[in-house]
Amino acid sequence: MARKILRINMNELKATYKDIPEKWARWGGRGLTSAIVSDEVDPTCHPLGPNNKLVIAPGWVSGTPAAPSSGRTSFGAKSPLTGTIKESNSGGLSSQKIAKLGLAAIIIEGSPKDGKWYTLHISKDGVKFEDASELLGKGMEEVDKICWEKYPNKPAVIGIGPVGEMKLTNAGISINDPENNPGRYAGRGGLGAVMASRGIKVIVVDDKGGPGVEIANMELFKKGRKKLTSAIMAHDLTKQDGALNLYGTDVLMNIINEAGGLPSRNFSAGQFEGAAKISGEMIAEMVETRHAGKAGHACHPGCIIQCSNIYPDKDGSIIASPIEYETAFALGSNCGIDDLDYVAKMTKECNDLGLDTIEMGNTIAIAMEGGLLEFGDKVGALKLFDEIKNKTPLGRILGQGVEATAKAFGVHRVPTVKGQSMPAYEPRAIKGIGFTYATTTMGADHTAGYTIAPEIAGVGGKVDPLTDKGKAELSLTFQAATAFIDSSGYCLFIAFPILDIAEGWAGMAETVAGVMGMDITGDDVIAMGKEILKKERLFNEAAGFTNADDRLPEFMRYEKLPPHNVTWDTPDEEIDKVYAWVHETAD
Amino acid sequence: MQVEVRVFATLRRYLPGLGIGEAKIVEVAPGTTFGELSDLLRLPSEEVKVCIRNSLHAEMQDLIEDGDRIAFFPPVAGG
Repeated sequence: MARKILRINMNELKATYKDIPEKWARWGGRGLTSAIVSDEVDPTCHPLGPNNKLVIAPGWVSGTPAAPSSGRTSFGAKSPLTGTIKESNSGGLSSQKIAKLGLAAIIIEGSPKDGKWYTLHISKDGVKFEDASELLGKGMEEVDKICWEKYPNKPAVIGIGPVGEMKLTNAGISINDPENNPGRYAGRGGLGAVMASRGIKVIVVDDKGGPGVEIANMELFKKGRKKLTSAIMAHDLTKQDGALNLYGTDVLMNIINEAGGLPSRNFSAGQFEGAAKISGEMIAEMVETRHAGKAGHACHPGCIIQCSNIYPDKDGSIIASPIEYETAFALGSNCGIDDLDYVAKMTKECNDLGLDTIEMGNTIAIAMEGGLLEFGDKVGALKLFDEIKNKTPLGRILGQGVEATAKAFGVHRVPTVKGQSMPAYEPRAIKGIGFTYATTTMGADHTAGYTIAPEIAGVGGKVDPLTDKGKAELSLTFQAATAFIDSSGYCLFIAFPILDIAEGWAGMAETVAGVMGMDITGDDVIAMGKEILKKERLFNEAAGFTNADDRLPEFMRYEKLPPHNVTWDTPDEEIDKVYAWVHETAD
Repeated sequence: MQVEVRVFATLRRYLPGLGIGEAKIVEVAPGTTFGELSDLLRLPSEEVKVCIRNSLHAEMQDLIEDGDRIAFFPPVAGG
């Protein structure tokens, strides 16, 4: 039985199911969302207009029995933040449930003629279009709660908060976690505003009684699963009681700080004196000493790495889940804030209102540089969320992210590429990630080609972070491998063990081959990843992007970053090598 | 000569009593390597993955210099 494409036409409030066409049949996750967006969305369309579409796809192996850490969902569209193609990838409950309904992807197009907001309820019995008026204006905490009260079987809840309803360009899409908290986000790129443009507040997915995921070659799948699971459980980073499990992603705070690559006070320094206070070690200490919350939390069922956390308050109540490294950098070091409780309180606001924490933290940092408040003013920073909640003009500016806020406050030090602000690694001090920020099809994005692994962590090799030699090739290899993993439904963090353990790499490819019945091995991963990158790159070119857009911001070229006192001095021609192959192989 | 040493993540259990990010001041003889310092502090060699000196990566066979700020890490990554 072929996987289905569920097409939801919001003009007509009509849903149709069709077998996945041959042209998309090889793909899942990011590979599929990018193929569909490339084929069906006019690259020149306005991202909030009638011609954009929201595409949701589980990965190849999502929903299969016990494939480890494989609950990632891809959300694709043309991004209102970047103007590029976008795939935003999240954990939570959605991926496995969509897959178990036999769906390869959900394509949402059009807008309701009556101008109303809708809840879509998707189950084995089809799609129901329900009036969402009672949910309007509500934050995601309340929306998730209401949906679990109203609908049976603990469904996935994919929703937008008030920021999405306002169609602001930093609106993320929330996915509930196994405890029905709204902490998992397809955060980057403003896709919440695209969902709003389709007139949808919430998508509820109930997989009970669904057909499940067909596995073409169970023997091969099981063989691969065993190899992959062994690699994850054996690697010091991803094993139980390894650093990711004990401290979460924020275990990076101290090492990046020691290496001089931690963006601080709007990317003006590479070290932050308060780094230890907002690190993963401190999260674990708070969980231990406050006798509440949790370290080693799973963001989706079946994750064996469990790097998420639930952060407690002094009185034992829960503030927010999760505090990621990215969150702690953006709302912490980059704002000069060294108080984890405040980072958590701001994270809670982001999760409830529907904001990407990276873009929001960087936006507050820009507002600080622009004089709205002082760096380090944690009370003032938290109060800014009231502006967004109250839909004031200032709140609407902040909700648009870094570039809009920089213009409003006359700030010229703007750490963005293609409209999207940089994550938690300073490209002047860690050159490879600068190649990724500059060239990825997504705007500045660390996950798109995580060269940090060999540049800082000694995972998947060891290279000097301060040189640009060999980094074009390194970035491309990581970008291609990532595009493949983003298509699989596996969490990107499986990359760490399988980069070091060859059996794990082979095993990952075998699970994909086993599910899909494709004749592929680990040797095909990079080539297939490049196929995806090429589609995305060509979409962006048709949208008007050129090599001139693959550049880091000007201030990084003349401003020396302490402690290394380095600028971004890589020649443009070197950057352009990353995607030169796209047209060399076009004929 | 004296150096500042910080240990992070799972390595903290081998220097109990230090706060997160707090430095231990260690006296070492000239000619001491990072590997020897790690042994002196009884950090299990199989658990030490990365060492950073004054914001630059160092190797276990590198020589320590007076006044160095040194950090030891187990395998860490994420993002």
